[in-house]
Amino acid sequence: MNVQTKSVGAARYVGSRQPRKEDGRLLTGRGQFTDDVRLPGMLHVAFVRSAVARGRIVSIELEAAREMPGVHAILTQADLATVPVKMLSFFFTPIESPVTLLADGRVACVGDPVVMVIAHSRAQAEDAASLVEVVVDEETPLVTIADAKTGPLVHPGREDNIAAEMGDEDALEAIQPLLDDCAHVVSTRIRHQRIAQSPMEGRACVASPDGAEEMTVWMGCQSPHLAARYLTQALGMPQEGIRVVARDVGGGFGLKNIPWREEMAVVVAAKILRRSVKWIEDRFESLTASSHAREQDTALTLGLDKDGRFQAAWCDYACNNGAWPMGEDANIAVHMFMWPAYRLPAYGFVTRGWYTNTMGLGAYRGPWAMESLVRETLIDKAARRIGVDPVELLRRNLLYLEDQPHTSSMGIPVEDITPGECLEKLMANIDYAAFRREQAEARVEGRYLGIGFATYIEPTGSAGSMAPMTGETVQLRIEPTGKVVAMLSTHSQGHGTATTMAQVIAEQLGVAYEEITVYEGDSAIGAFSPGAAGSRQGVIAGGATWQAARMLADKVRAVAAHLSNASVDAVSIEGGMVHIIGAPEMSRSLREIAEIAYGEPARLPEGAASGLEAQYRYQPPPMTMTSAAHCAMVEVDAETGFVTILRWIGAEDCGTVINPGVVEGQIAGGLAQAIGQVLLEDMPYDARGNPLAATFKDYLMPSISDVPDFEYLHASTPSRTIGGMRGVGEGGCIIGPPTLVNAIADALSPFGEIDELVLPLTPARIVDVIEGRDVSGTRVHWQALEAVPAGGDEAAAPPSAEPGQAAGIDGDWNMVLKTPMGPQAMVAHFDTVGEAVSGYLEAPEGRQDFAGGTLSGDRLKFEMKVEKPMKITLKYDLRFDGAHFSGKCKMGMFGSAKVFGERA
Amino acid sequence: MSEHGIEVTVNGHRHAARVEARTSLGEFLREGLGYTGTHLGCEHGVCGACTVMVDGAAVRSCLMLAVQVDGAQITTIEGLAEADGTLHPVQQALRDNFGLQCGFCTPGIAISLACVMQEEAGAGEGARENALVRAMSGHICRCTGYQGIRRAIRQLSGHQPAADEAEAVA
Repeated sequence: MNVQTKSVGAARYVGSRQPRKEDGRLLTGRGQFTDDVRLPGMLHVAFVRSAVARGRIVSIELEAAREMPGVHAILTQADLATVPVKMLSFFFTPIESPVTLLADGRVACVGDPVVMVIAHSRAQAEDAASLVEVVVDEETPLVTIADAKTGPLVHPGREDNIAAEMGDEDALEAIQPLLDDCAHVVSTRIRHQRIAQSPMEGRACVASPDGAEEMTVWMGCQSPHLAARYLTQALGMPQEGIRVVARDVGGGFGLKNIPWREEMAVVVAAKILRRSVKWIEDRFESLTASSHAREQDTALTLGLDKDGRFQAAWCDYACNNGAWPMGEDANIAVHMFMWPAYRLPAYGFVTRGWYTNTMGLGAYRGPWAMESLVRETLIDKAARRIGVDPVELLRRNLLYLEDQPHTSSMGIPVEDITPGECLEKLMANIDYAAFRREQAEARVEGRYLGIGFATYIEPTGSAGSMAPMTGETVQLRIEPTGKVVAMLSTHSQGHGTATTMAQVIAEQLGVAYEEITVYEGDSAIGAFSPGAAGSRQGVIAGGATWQAARMLADKVRAVAAHLSNASVDAVSIEGGMVHIIGAPEMSRSLREIAEIAYGEPARLPEGAASGLEAQYRYQPPPMTMTSAAHCAMVEVDAETGFVTILRWIGAEDCGTVINPGVVEGQIAGGLAQAIGQVLLEDMPYDARGNPLAATFKDYLMPSISDVPDFEYLHASTPSRTIGGMRGVGEGGCIIGPPTLVNAIADALSPFGEIDELVLPLTPARIVDVIEGRDVSGTRVHWQALEAVPAGGDEAAAPPSAEPGQAAGIDGDWNMVLKTPMGPQAMVAHFDTVGEAVSGYLEAPEGRQDFAGGTLSGDRLKFEMKVEKPMKITLKYDLRFDGAHFSGKCKMGMFGSAKVFGERA
Repeated sequence: MSEHGIEVTVNGHRHAARVEARTSLGEFLREGLGYTGTHLGCEHGVCGACTVMVDGAAVRSCLMLAVQVDGAQITTIEGLAEADGTLHPVQQALRDNFGLQCGFCTPGIAISLACVMQEEAGAGEGARENALVRAMSGHICRCTGYQGIRRAIRQLSGHQPAADEAEAVA
């Protein structure tokens, strides 16, 4: 056992299924969700949204709405613009699209908020909103990624419709010869549908200006701290101190990572009107006008040697960013985490995000999950192609503990991942041979059973390399009553952090679980953390709580030893009682110790602070890896294409399991969402840019009959963090899709391959494979969508080059480097001596010099070593054209990033 | 907008109110009477989060109008437990089995299952379990994957927990 997991108290709470602390209020209707907040004089918002996907706003007619009873104010972008707002991404970098809180002269997607109606009741606001008339000069929208490549600019003034990109096609030159040498080369293409995150509680916000110095905001969010920081930075450090409270939130799943346009508009309206303002998103808005996720088009090619060992791979990835992404994104993480669980010598990629006239891209549980889906489904296909068992092919290429430390072809170091061990644990718990026999017998009867496997690793508990990804703080005290109170930087949208953190405290402090009260969900307590973002709270807050409880136990023991004239080593705390070894008569309750610590400081040891408090902020290792292997067994009805899941079993390694009930709940929730993605959920758009799933009758959420009973195997290899936890929040949603697709593909294998995986795998699309023809009409549909002639409103012409100004490159330039986390602005300074170039790059974070660059003609090349987010050498290759330059920066494992600049 | 006077008993307490004809029962319970435990999840009758008990029957309070409940006995999630705080068996089973995470859909699920427990009080284990699962087909939960809810249903149907689940209900 890891020494850090040794308990101070005797009772074992870590690892037990303690009933959740959250459930008492949630089961009795006493929770406080944002819509439950009622303030005197509070006003209600209804948004008027664009029904047109693209065009210029000709007029907005507000008079009829203004006449309606109860209407307090009607605001457009011109009104909101009196309060400057700079929208930011999750990484606190600027949004590159010209996003405003309400539409500013143009609309770029159906659902774009145009007008904000504010009335004394929600019903009055909706009545008035229905009378607002927005006239738009409609233009032909770009809907698909294919449209974006050829169509007019979504955002006039930009160079093209590429929202973000890394890598380029040139990199294939290095990979292609390796693929050419391979005995087997397999390829796949996946068109992933658009997903609506669909938390059961939509977005919600109440903003209350409490005088000139304070603003309290109740918001459905994933971290009150992150929301408060976002609001403060987006509003340019307003005079008010902003406090965000989120007691109960009905699910987040990535959608609520950051406040977005509507929440910001509510806060700004409250500032302008000096009144409390509430907005509660309804389901129609939640489905069609909350940020969407996952729409991707991915092609992956893998080369294997004659023994089935991976040699090289190439990926071409594209995702639909919509018009107003919550951060332009080319999803670099897909490529970073595609191969670290495997031995693969060479990998190259090009990855792009595209603007279209659809709702913007947001995060969704495991945003990079495509890496597992495309890799695991391709490996499964490769096994059938080569004629090797899929489990055997995994074994030949997976990393086991004995193979580590290992560095991936993208430069990701792994030292304690266990995908291979998870696979072996999984195989030890299923009778694979028996299933294959049953499958063969069933086929004779015309029944089609299938089995699918998938393995993966997941980066969790990230801290210290990206602005929002930080440590966690716990403030812990024993009150004079003997009660234990913890105030945490965490937030639960169902995660049960109050429960798991109380278990850690109970065990480390030696008190009963029931004696502990945990407060979280308020930016006024704890300190900054991004909350539920990146499967991190159990790892980092767990470590913080572990350490703080030990610090507090040490203080109790020191006080008790002093009072009893005993050695500290002789003091133990169990069940809320403080014992002295060998002197049972000297036992005291924690309450007695606490009363002395607060009320009689003269009795404390020399120099000891009064009270019984501890605070700790834990900064864990930069990343903690979780591994898993899953297996699904299905039956596919060859007549109807209907899939029945017969069994699903998974072996995951999330290190120390604080509460199996909570861990399994996270895995199960992710797997249910995976089943939804593979079989049911879809947010399609028509060619005019209308979202076609407007209710839960159109958007099919998994119900109890779609989800089987899952079986869990916990591998529990302690990580290197305090407490040994690994994150588990997103994994089910990442490993679930390939597991299920592979089971279906195995069942369908007598009929043929799923050549191009189009999700969801509806019964009709499964019948396509069974009948070997386009029964579902999917191909016809894609061809029709992709053949829509692009509107000719604005040509995607490159900006006209200005005539050259001063010759030479010496001096200062304003430069932008488009990093995977967003654009980074800096000043570049160059000094030339002949062809030799030196200089520096300067950003708010600091200045870094370089030398040894070369200028040949209009082309400058130089290199610079950086430490953050990790140690890499940046290789710049820039071409100058008068007062402008543009080019690329090779960023090691991240591939190439665009760079451009102009004379300062 | 026409207004109507209604009298209802909610969780044993009598209320008289004037409501607009268009006001849904769910909105009336939340906004008019302060029973905010009733959650409106979709307002088109699919998700089931807003389910309340009207004269013993499970009703989607987003699809029923407040004027329709004049004279009715209503139980919301706030009124499901005993006066002394003892949880209803459905609430207890959900708690024992990690049957909820964010808790937004939970009030409707608890009410639906409680209605079935009442209707199927005399039924055998299998019939009751089937009825409980069938009732769940009218509810959407985005968090749990329904695992804890299934276990809760087995507990409510009188099944002994399986060995690996015994710890969960200890």
